[in-house]
Amino acid sequence: MIQFNQVYKRYPGGHEALKDVSCGIAEGEMVYLTGHSGAGKSTLLKLVAAIERPTSGSVLVKGQNIRSIKREAIPALRRNIGLIFQDHKLLFDRSAFDNVLLPLQICGFDPREAAKRVRAALDKVGLLAREKANPVALSGGEQQRLCIARAIVNRPNILLADEPTGNLDVEYAHEIMAIFQSFHQVGVTLVISTHDEGVLQNFPARALHLKQGELQ
Amino acid sequence: MKALREHLRVLRESLQRLLSTPGASLLSILVTGIALSLPVGGYVLLQSMQSLDARLGTTPQISLYLASGTSATAIEKLGEKLRGHDAIAAVEFVSRDAALKQLQESTGLADVTAGLAQNPLPDAYIVHPKTREPAALEALRDALQGYPNVEHAQLDSAWLRKLEAMLDFGRLAVALLAAMLSFALVAITFNTIRLQILTRRQEIEVAKLIGATDTFIRRPFLYFGMLQGLLGGISAWLLVSGILFVLNASLGDLARLYASNFALQSLTPADSLALLVFSAYLGWLGAWFSVSQHLWQIEPR
Repeated sequence: MIQFNQVYKRYPGGHEALKDVSCGIAEGEMVYLTGHSGAGKSTLLKLVAAIERPTSGSVLVKGQNIRSIKREAIPALRRNIGLIFQDHKLLFDRSAFDNVLLPLQICGFDPREAAKRVRAALDKVGLLAREKANPVALSGGEQQRLCIARAIVNRPNILLADEPTGNLDVEYAHEIMAIFQSFHQVGVTLVISTHDEGVLQNFPARALHLKQGELQ
Repeated sequence: MKALREHLRVLRESLQRLLSTPGASLLSILVTGIALSLPVGGYVLLQSMQSLDARLGTTPQISLYLASGTSATAIEKLGEKLRGHDAIAAVEFVSRDAALKQLQESTGLADVTAGLAQNPLPDAYIVHPKTREPAALEALRDALQGYPNVEHAQLDSAWLRKLEAMLDFGRLAVALLAAMLSFALVAITFNTIRLQILTRRQEIEVAKLIGATDTFIRRPFLYFGMLQGLLGGISAWLLVSGILFVLNASLGDLARLYASNFALQSLTPADSLALLVFSAYLGWLGAWFSVSQHLWQIEPR
């Protein structure tokens, strides 16, 4: 599903975020990305979603090479990838419902069908009762779950989560990991970056450890 | 169906966005309207002048001076030929005696003409053409010049040419004004949309991250520009119509004193439609420039 071959990523200014990274992630697999902050976890996720392009080497996502992907082909790629951000990236000018609706609007869904899907996604993350709330009014854990609902509403094959439990208490973190586990069970490919030891122990899976941009 | 629904959704959203800042929206719509009403007003004035010129009904004349010594039968034959011509509405014959008499009466040159040993004036036909087109008139003059016994054909079209030249000048001035103010309108929309893109930066970033195409992101801005332009066009229409109404009310008194029913014409339905379509297009164009200029700069990091 995802294949890295001798990938280097150097940012303008000379910082080398990834050095000679080669690895593969199979379809339906759940994989952790671990390492200190600045080890290159976020960069690796950004390469998969074509937010950044590799400096050299190839990144294949569902057979498409991110290094040479055309600008026009990126939207279609991203519709197949659910992105979960540490800072949530929610829009505060609209309700929780409308935040989750956005990916479906982008795909041009029928409004009634879309509303059903949005409610199903909100139900899945336990926020159905808060659909009219503005994201500002939600707690950190609720905001994270809203971000997950938005990422899954379009039923993507791949979910990328960047430090999804980063700022949360253990209880919230476990709730969120349980949600991820349920996606893993229905065959979604999951890549979760984390440095949360508790999470790694309670929800064991293969871990890719990055250290200063190199895979250990 | 899917596309239509999407367009309707974006249209509704753009309307809501306009209404959400009524003060700012009203101001930019009014500025647009005032800018557009200047050339539109000029256009209406020109149209009215043109119709005034048509209503005066004074078509130019062509005077045909006949060669001296032309026989009465030849004159009669020429008259018939002229009357049968397609481009000629009416023909008058002025004999040399009548012409001399007219000259004595009208110009007060009786003393001078009385001193003449013989009448120096030729017989003449005054031709009233059907057309008012300067070029067609000249062609007719040239044709008549070639008729037998016609010594000289003179077209009295100087005043018509002056009027045409003035109207042409007016048209050019209005066209230049329209071009300049259209540019201003595009610039106004450009800036409005630029500010909107900046304030909606986060939304654009998120939309790109979850797979929005450039078309999808561009669409609401284009609609907004188009809507603003259209409303500007409507306000220009209202402004011009209002001003015409007020002017015609006072012009009516003036015209009555001159026993004329002259009035400034209001915009025809076709002109009104053209104004609205054009203003909407200018708004769209400004938005398009702005979006192409600024949207690519926003890439998620």
